[in-house]
Amino acid sequence: MSVLHIVNKSPYDRNSLDACLRLAQPDSAILLIEDGVYAALPKASASERVQQAMNNHQIYALQPDLQARGIDPENLIDGISLVDYDGFVKLTTDYDKSQSWL
Amino acid sequence: MATKKFLYVNRKAPHGSIYAQESLEVVLIAAAFEQDVSLAFVDDGVYQLLQNQDTSALGSKNFSPTYKALGDYDVSKIYVEQESLEIRGLGKDDLMPLVYEDEDDDWAEKDSIHVVSSSELAEIIEQQDVILNF
Repeated sequence: MSVLHIVNKSPYDRNSLDACLRLAQPDSAILLIEDGVYAALPKASASERVQQAMNNHQIYALQPDLQARGIDPENLIDGISLVDYDGFVKLTTDYDKSQSWL
Repeated sequence: MATKKFLYVNRKAPHGSIYAQESLEVVLIAAAFEQDVSLAFVDDGVYQLLQNQDTSALGSKNFSPTYKALGDYDVSKIYVEQESLEIRGLGKDDLMPLVYEDEDDDWAEKDSIHVVSSSELAEIIEQQDVILNF
């Protein structure tokens, strides 16, 4: 009964990421897309929360959205996995359901 | 026509909504009317100036190279709030270089981007005649 949590808002603009981290069960996965990918940047005030979440969750970031925003995929918080659009589709089928934190 | 001091305050990330692109278009239009234009980048607005943005995989217009044209429109006062950069783990080196040619100094190429503290930006806001928010 595992869930894929999808976050598409910047952690500095909305509290979507915090809501997700608070309400996601251990072993569910988190996918960062659109402005949600800003949470993947290191040395930022949200980095520690993301790092901590990786003890319980696999975290993914959508590569085309990183590229659009000028975020170097080599310069993410350690342990975040990259997916492309095909990988995005595969994740939605690998997990029982998706929860989008709009 | 009397010259007024215009400040455009940009607080949104670039690709998640249309605000950043709309702001840039309005700035370029207003600059053509030879007003005294300043830009401020605050909160998620600082992400608009990140280097190497490439929207080709998104199929949306990549407007980020257009910021480099601001200097040619005599828009040379670009203020970025230091505190907004720090919270996001960013520094000036992460931003695209934006320059203008100073006609009062033998067209020397100068940096348009000024990283300023919150209190400095507060004073800049006070000095304006017109403030437009995006």
